[in-house]
Amino acid sequence: MADVSLVDISKRFGAVEAVRNLSLSIANGEFVVLLGPTGAGKTTALRLIAGLERPDRGHVVIHDRDVTKEVPADRDIAFVFQQYSLYPHLTVYDNLAFPLRSPAHRMDEAFIRRRVQHVAELLHITQKLNNRATVLSGGEMQRVAIGRALVREPAVYLMDEPLSSLDAKLRAELRLELKRIQRELGTTILYVTHDQIEAMTMADRIGVMSEGELIQLGTPRDIYERPQSVYVASRLGMPAINFVPAEALACQSPPAEARTAGLRTEHIRIFPADHSGSRARVHRVEHLGDQNHVHLRLDTHSLVTLADPAQALKAGDEVSLEFREPLYFDQRGNRIVNQEVPA
Amino acid sequence: MAEIRLEQVVKSFGTFSAVKGVDFTVDHGSFFVILGPSGCGKTTTLRMIAGLELPTSGRILLDGEDVTALPASARDIAFVFQLFALYPHMNVRENIAFPLRCQNLQRSQIRKSVEEAAKLLRIDHLLGRRVGGLSGGDRQRVALGRAIVRRPKAFLMDEPLGALDAEFRRLMCGELRELHDRIEATSIYITHDQLEAMAMADRIAVMNQGRVEQIGTPQEIYDRPRTMFVADFIGAPPMSFLGVHTALRRGDRIVMIDGAPVEMPEVFEDRVEGKFALGVRPENVAFADSSQLRGQVIGAEYLGTTQIVTVTTASGQLKARLPSSNLVRVGETVGLKLRSDRLSLFDAASGDALSSSLQAGVRHG
Repeated sequence: MADVSLVDISKRFGAVEAVRNLSLSIANGEFVVLLGPTGAGKTTALRLIAGLERPDRGHVVIHDRDVTKEVPADRDIAFVFQQYSLYPHLTVYDNLAFPLRSPAHRMDEAFIRRRVQHVAELLHITQKLNNRATVLSGGEMQRVAIGRALVREPAVYLMDEPLSSLDAKLRAELRLELKRIQRELGTTILYVTHDQIEAMTMADRIGVMSEGELIQLGTPRDIYERPQSVYVASRLGMPAINFVPAEALACQSPPAEARTAGLRTEHIRIFPADHSGSRARVHRVEHLGDQNHVHLRLDTHSLVTLADPAQALKAGDEVSLEFREPLYFDQRGNRIVNQEVPA
Repeated sequence: MAEIRLEQVVKSFGTFSAVKGVDFTVDHGSFFVILGPSGCGKTTTLRMIAGLELPTSGRILLDGEDVTALPASARDIAFVFQLFALYPHMNVRENIAFPLRCQNLQRSQIRKSVEEAAKLLRIDHLLGRRVGGLSGGDRQRVALGRAIVRRPKAFLMDEPLGALDAEFRRLMCGELRELHDRIEATSIYITHDQLEAMAMADRIAVMNQGRVEQIGTPQEIYDRPRTMFVADFIGAPPMSFLGVHTALRRGDRIVMIDGAPVEMPEVFEDRVEGKFALGVRPENVAFADSSQLRGQVIGAEYLGTTQIVTVTTASGQLKARLPSSNLVRVGETVGLKLRSDRLSLFDAASGDALSSSLQAGVRHG
């Protein structure tokens, strides 16, 4: 059952078409992440579902109810913003209880206490309940902000880069926690980010957006392994996928219509120079701890790939490269779906 | 080019000590990164070097000259802030030229310097453009141009990439480091992002609660963390720790975890029975059916080329980085093999690493 559906939505701001013909269904209990650079239309999509923007065309359906014309308060949603906004004069407990005490909900205090306690446990902030919101660390504040959404049980949570204002370290921790909570509660989340790691690690499905359009929707593995286009392929992967003209891989006999070959780490094998394969030279080795990025020169083309830290490569080394099942793209940048070779 | 040296620098704000005695030397022309969580004192340290804060005690030396009490304007240091501000009514050339205009230099001299800076940043084709119409990246390059045009002795940068998209940040990291290699000016760069630090630094100082926990090359800090804080702050995901209750003797090379013998770097000190933590990085954990050390898989995070698998053992949780092609089932019990020459052993109470062949930098096998 779909919890939330966008049906052929378009939204224009002046001359800019922020969202174009967007259709998307989010199933009950599903975690969908919209991924794209600034200006791709992902935040506008979120705001359209929330009712903070009105679409020019199309419908928003929440729980089988067309809410396109309803005000935000009447839609069954909770929104978590990038910048947490807590009531500084209230305790953590009262901040969490606030949405339940609004006249629209009218719940008794015993019920509210149970809800707040439960959510505080999920977020590991029970020991902070009596603290003023202002004495919390950034990570704790953002957890309270997420908690304030979680105390309610709306049809869908809409989250707009809720982790991006945090330290890298905290972001990684909260990423795991948010996914755990979503799994435990079976909540439906539509989450917007430009961070591919957030998308890969949390999403059941990722929607890749560009210039107002949804380009591809699929599981992280789908998007990563079977991207529809050069654009989608370049969204995911660290280091980023390498693109070279297909003729640079002539020895691999690429499909006739191939113009570009996409090479990820797992498509590149590095061997000593005396091994058969394409000759290349190590230009630079970037030590990132576990992830050593090897910068290679293949003819005039640059490739960046991960190498095992144990593999002793250094600048100037001659190596031999083997390419295994690279991705091929045609003149228009669309991936050529070759016959799948059984593994 | 300049050498920057801090000696026992302390900064207190009322009763709060932001910086509690920091010592380090940044070599001529090197790229030095101060890394730490928010509130660790890194920005305060940088502001003292710039002359925007006066230390409570201690000395700051620029090329051997004591500049502790000199105002910012007398230090010949350029400060690049987190949010770049450009003059919107000026074009690119005028924005970059601005600091030189303030110094009343000759027009021909200004023109030459601006063009050199623009060439270094590869924005010389944009000199006539208005800054309003530029992309985010080009605006950032213009702001950098304004910093480098004076050719100061040193650059101080306070999370200059903090406000950018993750993807663009990585690109600018590479660009900043390349720019540094071209102009070879001493740079101090502040960040909370360990990946930025690892990617750019010649040396990193890891700060925590007003103190420097460790200074070293990125690889040293990653491979031989001196404290659990450093081990945990560096690496994504960070180092995992297994709790061990044992006594240790000089020469020990095996520690028992959940009744399973685990090989580790040779310990160089004697310790009475107590709590220790065995630290292992995710890429040094492999699955091996034959291993006596067992754990249960509780989750796997797909990252494309690799996946991060979380395993619980009786002594704590471990994360393993494995190729995505390995099929891993949540709930299954697996044997764990830890790469023996890369393990760290910490005193669980103090968080300090024990002296061992790993800490001494001796590599086995």
